[in-house]
Amino acid sequence: MTNLEALVLVVTHYFKGLICMAHYDYDLVIVGGGPGGLAAAIYGARSKLSTVVIEKNRPGGQIATTAEWENYPGSPHASGPSEMEVWVEHAKQFGAEFIKDEITSISVQGDTRVVSGLEHTYNAKAIILAPGAQPRELGVPGERKFRGKGVSYCATCDADFFTELDIIVVGSGDSAIEEGMYLTKFAETVTVIVLHDEGTLDCTPVLRERAFNNPKMKWIWNSTIAEITGDGIVEGVVLKNIKSGELTPMETNGVFMFVGMVPQTEWLKGVIAMDGRGYIEANEICETNLDGVYAIGDCRQKFLRQVITAAADGAIAATAAEKFIHEEEGFAEMVLHQKIPVVVAFWNPTRPESMDMNVALEKLLEPYGSAVKLVKIDTYRNLRISKKCAISEIPAVVIYKDGAIVARWDGVVDLAQVEQTLK
Amino acid sequence: MIELNRDNFDAEVFEHQGAVLVDFWSPKCEPCMALLPLVEAMAEEYAGKVKFCKVNTLENRRLCIAQKVMGIPTFFFVKDGQKLVELNAETATEANIRAELAKLL
Repeated sequence: MTNLEALVLVVTHYFKGLICMAHYDYDLVIVGGGPGGLAAAIYGARSKLSTVVIEKNRPGGQIATTAEWENYPGSPHASGPSEMEVWVEHAKQFGAEFIKDEITSISVQGDTRVVSGLEHTYNAKAIILAPGAQPRELGVPGERKFRGKGVSYCATCDADFFTELDIIVVGSGDSAIEEGMYLTKFAETVTVIVLHDEGTLDCTPVLRERAFNNPKMKWIWNSTIAEITGDGIVEGVVLKNIKSGELTPMETNGVFMFVGMVPQTEWLKGVIAMDGRGYIEANEICETNLDGVYAIGDCRQKFLRQVITAAADGAIAATAAEKFIHEEEGFAEMVLHQKIPVVVAFWNPTRPESMDMNVALEKLLEPYGSAVKLVKIDTYRNLRISKKCAISEIPAVVIYKDGAIVARWDGVVDLAQVEQTLK
Repeated sequence: MIELNRDNFDAEVFEHQGAVLVDFWSPKCEPCMALLPLVEAMAEEYAGKVKFCKVNTLENRRLCIAQKVMGIPTFFFVKDGQKLVELNAETATEANIRAELAKLL
């Protein structure tokens, strides 16, 4: 390599670096295409943010594997897969893009939020995490070995294999009972293995009543399964009574597991704050511990994990992200990127002394003309900026030069000192 | 991709000299439907090297049970009549399918 070639290489690298730093692929990147991510995409794209949904499978999430879905307002007889196709089309209509990739890491680099996948790296002004949750494994011998051989976590996928056969369902929550009843349309009997005393289920009362009236549903109480047995395919289970410890073999052709969910947040550990079970800690407006990064849907700590609550999160997070982007950009443009000193006055309409201060500052700065800029921030309307500048008392004045704070006054603003600083 | 049923399954899969992939799928299975276009793309990529076949499990239940397939997605990787490996709902990712295809060659 000649010296000239080496120089060209270095310069090219330098400019590539610059371009990467300044360039955003999208305003809003949404990781996960379930109901939460799709709702966020509809809200984000509709408010004119360039929006992309990155999903490793087909968009639709868990509900796309639910054939009968009856608790979404306005859609008493919905089918999960076809309804989700409508949601995807809806998001596309407003201009949202869809990319198939599996995201494996997230980071914040200056003002840019970056997610990296197996295929590409994506830069964004704001990121919404919607990775969802997946069925939990019970962890008994035979469970993995007989996967696809009679052990299943997806009733719509596999129900047809068990036509006129006898199967069991493990669990008694909403999913277990709902999917169990769906399975009675195919199987001869569906025996539900329940941890609790006779008559007690974890599902909602309306489902319990319906299940108890279904002649194909059978019940085994105070029990779980200790092992799944068979030769090539499932032929039986070993039941365990959790009170007596007694083990009883039982013949069955299939085992459907509905024993809870696991949030898909392993890849975010150490970066995004989460609880011991892996649920992301996000506040009322879905903000995580990282600025400009939101978490929605089944992956976060919440009381109720349903399509409707995931969709609500999506709407909230997309709206919060839009506000975040505009406030950040506004502040950067008006204050941080200015070549001249900027006097930022923090006020709000409930504090008359802060409004008096604004008038006094305008008067004080008049002689400086275009050499000094005054920016007034209403702390009620720009919560983020106030928080960013650590404003605790009103009125407050902060002077910026070249993007950095050179002086500040909190609570009591001495105009003489302000003038002294400007000189 | 070749559509398999009980009449042609053995001839196409186990009596064939060479590499065969069999995709057990159904239109009701979302994960299968997500994989199908990828597998179809791989079929073009591997044209002439691996024979790509698929079984609609809704229409071929007895065949599936005879092959001990009781859940989908399931993929068979067969070489010279010998089933080398099977991928299931948990393991059938794009990366794993590609890895097994590479081993077939």
